[in-house]
Amino acid sequence: MNNKSVCLLDYGSGNVKSVYNILEFLGYNVKISNSREDIKNSTHIILPGVGAFGASMKKIMDTIPFDVLENEVLDKGKPFLGICVGMQVLADKGLEFGEHKGFGWIPGIVDKIDTKGLSTLHIGWNDINVRRDTPLLKGLNDNKDFYFVHSYVFDVQDKNCIVAQTEYGSKFTSILSKDNILGIQFHPEKSQKAGQLIFKNFMENL
Amino acid sequence: MKKNRLIPVLLLKDGWLVQSKGFSKYQNLGNPVTAVKRLSEWASDELIYLDISSGDNYDTRRDDQGYENRGSFLDIIEDVSKVTFMPITVGGKIRTLSDIEKRLSVGADKVSINTMAINDHNFIQEAAKQFGSQCIVVSMDAKIVDNEHRVFANGGKDMTKFTPKELSKIVEDYGAGEILINSIDRDGKGNGYDIELINQVADNVNIPVIACGGVGDWEDFADAFEETSADAVAAANIFHYRDQSVFLAKKFLYDFKFNVRKPDLIKL
Repeated sequence: MNNKSVCLLDYGSGNVKSVYNILEFLGYNVKISNSREDIKNSTHIILPGVGAFGASMKKIMDTIPFDVLENEVLDKGKPFLGICVGMQVLADKGLEFGEHKGFGWIPGIVDKIDTKGLSTLHIGWNDINVRRDTPLLKGLNDNKDFYFVHSYVFDVQDKNCIVAQTEYGSKFTSILSKDNILGIQFHPEKSQKAGQLIFKNFMENL
Repeated sequence: MKKNRLIPVLLLKDGWLVQSKGFSKYQNLGNPVTAVKRLSEWASDELIYLDISSGDNYDTRRDDQGYENRGSFLDIIEDVSKVTFMPITVGGKIRTLSDIEKRLSVGADKVSINTMAINDHNFIQEAAKQFGSQCIVVSMDAKIVDNEHRVFANGGKDMTKFTPKELSKIVEDYGAGEILINSIDRDGKGNGYDIELINQVADNVNIPVIACGGVGDWEDFADAFEETSADAVAAANIFHYRDQSVFLAKKFLYDFKFNVRKPDLIKL
């Protein structure tokens, strides 16, 4: 057993169980919880996500003690990983089904993907183009395909926050980071061994 | 670039993994969870799990009775999702929105709908509205009758009035996210895909089409990618008889420069 522990925030997101399964499979001490104690006591925090921006934000604000989360992540620098909509909500705002306020942790706007005529739902395996080094991708070598399911993308204002991009009609940010805050547009929990490696790197190297 | 997919299909009958021939003969291949663990280790991009148990009065059984068939199928999916980390599609005996919800709650990412999609197109629409199109796969079983392809319902038993071309357009319009097209004629034969059938469907819709039925060797996968616009190739029987079969199939496609994900052998 490992001394790393992860608090998996639960606001009814569809993929929380899959993320739980992969972390448990990898041998980490994982708790699905929103309690102040678990957020404080864990070494790492993950915010999963599937679905629409506004609905997710509402559920997050209704169920997660946001002051504790901000304190742990922004003030104390605890490693934080947002997945899919869990990454998108870090933006200033999202434009899915109306305009909704986000966490505002990473400046930018979440808007519809410009697919240039391709199906508006980007679903399936696609590769990432890495723009800067990150411990998250350690050991991946040229296995850089991941599983995506989304129609909206995060337009990141500060280009220094862009770690990797993916092309589907147009280029969009598939991994972002700012200090201890990381976000992934794809679903590492559904991305086979490459996905397992990402969780492992997050837990071990951040 | 978005990749084409290679998808093993696992057929489950009364809780056992089986091989099928012509939708009528079945051979028991053993424990489905062990098999899926093995397939998961390799280079699969997704898995499709189909429950083909007979039992016509299936949906009248109570969930809380732990009845053998139903209990075991959902239990198996739950076990599978604990050891496999890729998208899983689950099909068979889906009649209600609650059937879909149950499958998603035990770890399925998508469901495959067959007979209900034929009998009640509105069901596709309701399902897509509630769970999202990305989650709704319509599977169609087709067979040649009087020189024309026809769709069959109820596990290949009942001929319908639809050609695969007609039905594919309808289900797309009603919100299906993908179509799985299977040839009853080719099932278990190993003499290659029914390319004409796949083209009829794939050329007629914009949503991804998964080709299935008849694969006898790796070249058959290549043929489907070369001769049709199928987004994914699927097969069942061929993956059970060779060690590391999915890896070898993927490597074959990758080595011949098909647009597939690299066969991954990452060490953790």
